[in-house]
Amino acid sequence: MNTTQTPVLQARGLVKTFGRVVGLDGVDLDLYPGEVLAVIGDNGAGKSTLIKCLSGALRPDRGELLLDGRPVTFDRPQDARAAGIETVYQNLAVSPALDIASNLYLGRERRWPGWQGSLLRRLDHRGMRESARQAVRDLGITTLQDVTQPVETLSGGQRQAVAVARAAAFGSKMVILDEPTAALGVRESNQVLQLVKDLRERGLPVILISHNMPHVFEVADRIHIQRLGRRAAVVTPETHTPNEAVAIMTGAATAA
Amino acid sequence: MTTAATVPPEVDPAEEFLDRQTPGRRVHALLRRYPALSPALVLVLSVVFFGILNDRFLAPANLSLVVQQVAVVGALAAGQTLIILTAGIDLSVGAVMVLSSMVSAQTATANGVPAAVALLLGLLVGLGAGLVNGLLVTKVKLPPFIVTLGTLNIFVALTLLYSKGATVRGREMPALLTWTGTTFSVGGVRVTVGVLLMLALYAVLAYVLSQTSWGRHVYAVGDDKDAARLAGIAVSRVLLSVYVTAGAVFAVAGWILIGRINAASPNAGADANLDSITAVVIGGTSLFGGRGAIWGSLLGALIVGVFRNGLSLAGFDVLYQTLTVGVLVIVAVSVDQWIRRGRG
Repeated sequence: MNTTQTPVLQARGLVKTFGRVVGLDGVDLDLYPGEVLAVIGDNGAGKSTLIKCLSGALRPDRGELLLDGRPVTFDRPQDARAAGIETVYQNLAVSPALDIASNLYLGRERRWPGWQGSLLRRLDHRGMRESARQAVRDLGITTLQDVTQPVETLSGGQRQAVAVARAAAFGSKMVILDEPTAALGVRESNQVLQLVKDLRERGLPVILISHNMPHVFEVADRIHIQRLGRRAAVVTPETHTPNEAVAIMTGAATAA
Repeated sequence: MTTAATVPPEVDPAEEFLDRQTPGRRVHALLRRYPALSPALVLVLSVVFFGILNDRFLAPANLSLVVQQVAVVGALAAGQTLIILTAGIDLSVGAVMVLSSMVSAQTATANGVPAAVALLLGLLVGLGAGLVNGLLVTKVKLPPFIVTLGTLNIFVALTLLYSKGATVRGREMPALLTWTGTTFSVGGVRVTVGVLLMLALYAVLAYVLSQTSWGRHVYAVGDDKDAARLAGIAVSRVLLSVYVTAGAVFAVAGWILIGRINAASPNAGADANLDSITAVVIGGTSLFGGRGAIWGSLLGALIVGVFRNGLSLAGFDVLYQTLTVGVLVIVAVSVDQWIRRGRG
């Protein structure tokens, strides 16, 4: 990470209200190239709203988003995805009855070259399976052997791995992971955290939303602390302890 | 976090145990992957069984009759499969079919419209009916069961109002309208054009469902609507297109119906909705959406046809046919439950 570089993604003064409830009250966020930025905050601090604004699921009332320094607006999740921002959602990551390869390519299937693809709109199943195998191998996910397996036959960690593999395969700018370890056991959580580190190694910046302080402190380069709809502080695992971060999060302390 | 270093990388013993392939698990995985496998097996076994029970059953003329009897419900089941794959249900299938067949027959006879145009008008009625169902499901956001229960009654009433309750007989119609009832011989077995048309419907829909993006999206929407939306699929558009496509399929079923009964009758197809759902369910498609294969519905329709024909040849009362179909439905849904219950 290098904070003198232009951030990959910048949010400036994001405001989002729901009726009289203020979800975001002028949030700033910076994601630098090649870093893992954790976003933590208590319930109602505006984490989810912030992420939804970044991933195009919500449109902020005010404020701006800059991608590589250029202003962007996302009206739909597809817009953010087209701009290279992939999001792995907490519970709704994958289609259970579809196989791994179909899940990886869901919504952006690849067609056969030539008239079979253009005229008959035939899908290149073999090519997609091949690339899916490659994407899975690139991330070192050894537990996914057979990409024609339905996702529902996988464990929770493996499903999360499929979702992360999909994000990594298509996220050209950055990947957002929303509570990727919330439903997982210790061993599976470690696999997912390893995936996060692998993404960083490949130079893909990651925004990680998590409640789990040990996980956050294990993988994050910087930690964005969200409180009462605003950015309370940005700390690093080197300068602050988990307890200090929690104190800022709950308002018991302010950032030094 | 220190556990990362202490947990050894080898496979968890419990996991290894779960992945062991017991015969039950192997069957489970096979059925999950090929949903048409169990109806295919049931069909073969039932054909063998009724063949042994009565040697007239396997006569080419009888088998051809079974297939002809299945053509209309088979065609309806093809459209019904599309809708059930999206976790919907269509109770109006028979009503749409009859309305469109009456429009074709009436315009060709009473209004003197050319036969080909009359058939296309029937197709338009089917598309329009599908559009109404689809808009009510996607825009008004009503459950498909309620939407099609309502349109079932509306279409039945419209059919009777439009036709004034009168049947148009085959010989009053231009030959093209009853063309689906004409037979020709393939190696001594008589086949109707209607049967071929039904098979063509299945071939086209099977291709579209398994080989195109739209097909993948139909499965994804039925499997998990929210996951599909987050994957960037326009869920409402897919649903609407499914209802419209199914409407067109029901209109084609109407063409087949005219040839099959050699008439267009406003009172035909009263039980067609439940019969088509029965075929789809026996064919291994899950009522909960996202699972199944369209060929299974053809097999399901054939299974019902074979049981009805076989039992009546063996001299059983009609009530036993109905009873058997009921048992088949319950067995088929039980198998589906078992398949969906995750790991076997």
